[in-house]
Amino acid sequence: MKDERSVVVRDLVKRFGDFVAVDHVTFDARRGEIFGFLGPNGAGKSTTIRMLCGLLHPTSGEALVAGIDVAKQPEVVRQNIGYMSQKFSLYNDLTVLENIRFFGGMYQVPSSVMAERTDWVVEMAGLKGRENTLTGTLAVGWKQRLALGCAVLHRPPILFLDEPTSGVDPISRRQFWELIHAMAADGVTVFVTTHYMDEAEYCNRLVLIYRGRLVASGSPAELKRDAMRGELLLIECSPLGQALDVLHDAPGVIDVAVFGNALHAVVDSAESAARALRARLEQGGVAVQHIAPIRPTLEDVFVSLTTAEAQPQGVA
Amino acid sequence: MMQFHRIRAIAWKELIQIRRDSRSIAIVVIMPVVLMLAFGYGVSFDVKHLRTYVYDREGSRQSQDLVRGLQASEYFNVVKFADGYDSLIAGIDSGDCQLAFVIPHDFSERLQQGMPAGVQAIVDGTDANTANVAMNYIEGVVQRYSQNVQVEWIERRGRSAPEDPISVAGRTWFNENLESMANIVPGVVVIVMAVVGTFLTSLTIAREWERGTMEQLVSTPVAPIELMIGKLAPYLVIGLLDTAICAAMGVFWFEVPFRGSVLVFFFSSILFLLVVLSLGYVLSVVMKSQLAASQASLLATFLPAFLLSGFMFPIDQMPPVIQVITRVIPARYFMTVIRSVFLKGSPIVVLWGDLLALTIFASILVLVATKAFKKQLG
Repeated sequence: MKDERSVVVRDLVKRFGDFVAVDHVTFDARRGEIFGFLGPNGAGKSTTIRMLCGLLHPTSGEALVAGIDVAKQPEVVRQNIGYMSQKFSLYNDLTVLENIRFFGGMYQVPSSVMAERTDWVVEMAGLKGRENTLTGTLAVGWKQRLALGCAVLHRPPILFLDEPTSGVDPISRRQFWELIHAMAADGVTVFVTTHYMDEAEYCNRLVLIYRGRLVASGSPAELKRDAMRGELLLIECSPLGQALDVLHDAPGVIDVAVFGNALHAVVDSAESAARALRARLEQGGVAVQHIAPIRPTLEDVFVSLTTAEAQPQGVA
Repeated sequence: MMQFHRIRAIAWKELIQIRRDSRSIAIVVIMPVVLMLAFGYGVSFDVKHLRTYVYDREGSRQSQDLVRGLQASEYFNVVKFADGYDSLIAGIDSGDCQLAFVIPHDFSERLQQGMPAGVQAIVDGTDANTANVAMNYIEGVVQRYSQNVQVEWIERRGRSAPEDPISVAGRTWFNENLESMANIVPGVVVIVMAVVGTFLTSLTIAREWERGTMEQLVSTPVAPIELMIGKLAPYLVIGLLDTAICAAMGVFWFEVPFRGSVLVFFFSSILFLLVVLSLGYVLSVVMKSQLAASQASLLATFLPAFLLSGFMFPIDQMPPVIQVITRVIPARYFMTVIRSVFLKGSPIVVLWGDLLALTIFASILVLVATKAFKKQLG
């Protein structure tokens, strides 16, 4: 029986001198899954993805991509993957068609199917009629879709996307994600890094990475349900700054942060904390309009987990 | 396993990029022509038309005859008749003349009496080579004049003048008119190829790093050797075209003979191009910056090709230590081959040692180039 896991990562470590960029990370990604890698800038997302693509040599640990060890046979891995880097990295001084033809050559796409694939990329990127435009003159959204098209010309079973939508407008982003969903539906494993929470919601499964360490994993729903320490209260009050000060050292409050024109407070127990906090706020001269338990968003989960991770280190 | 498919894709892409980049076009087309003209005209070891001051303290018929002898020679260009030592000295000091020629006030008188008459030549010695040559020329002019005086003197006594007891029937081979142009132009071809060849490839890999395209490129299954061949092949073709342009300019513009075999010319050119193109490629891989790599390439090729290849200074007249160093300068071997192909037309058997040396250098550098590039980021 075929192994359903297309990416297997065990205790993966990458050190740059004294700096540990990726610290014993372990996870699996299944075939046809959109696997999200969520974390702030500098968390080690790009370093991990580059190791999985064989672009960086792991310091220790093991990573199998399509069943192949990336440290031992990086070239075989590259035949089986498509990679799209954070920064646009097609040739700006080549036309759309020339870029497609070049990467078709690099991936050894047979000439019998090249014409059909070229049409597909042009169509998918919405560049019909602009095939002979210099790539450098295209807007970012089109460039990204063209880069995606070039990365999948050889129909790889696994696709690595490193912050594919940074700098792309919301409509282009949505179109981009529709493409990714279509590919996943065809059985392609899509491994995507992002720091956009709304994008993380599109993923089938997520791992949260912070300071090189994996802090949580699961589906977005699972994470929202299970990964929070405590429960969440929405507090609408004014003035916000003063309320923040009052709640920071209130008993039972794990964390508090501004969300739009309200506060999100992480507490041990929403039911019992609501009344106590309202009293404490009013005592502190804050007018409270509304206080109620809510379901956490991924951002809440993320903030809660990263602060929990950061605090013990801050004390030490 | 090497894939022709990928090599072709890279070479094709590289050609498109060169075509679209005006800077690359300039390097490919204009640089060789400009360098050929600059060096062809700028570097001349012939000493001609030296600016000369004359201080004729006598002004007699004989002294004027001697000055006319100077003026008739293409080596001297009498620009001023001075009226005292002060203006001679000022001329030499300011560099307005390189040579000052003084005829004493009793010049004709002493000749009349059959006594030796001295003339004075002051040469600006800051350029030792020119000074040396100027001294030789002026001795020649004076000697010819003094011979005439001698003949006149003898004939006036009713005897016929003797033939010169010994004369040299000199004949120069290969560069019949001893024009340094014939020697320089083939040398310039070598220097231009060294500079242009290295410069061209020094940009290729660094450009991919600087523009961020390397990240995508290394994520493809392309093998380093495919990348290298794909990158160098277009430049080898371009380099050969440039070589042909330089050679054609040498033959048709500078009128330097081309006596050897075209086959040997192109064969040795390919070997030398492999050397310089690989060198540029390695520099590009190591430096990862177009500016740094192109400057390093100029430094690594221009000075050695100029100073240590035998272009400026004959190798057998260098100090022994320097002579040893020239052995690791590939341009030295190519210089020998090219000069003999242009001027001598030596058969390939005579040049085998130089061709072998070029082959060895080409093999080493190509090998280094294949090993240089690693498909890793950071």
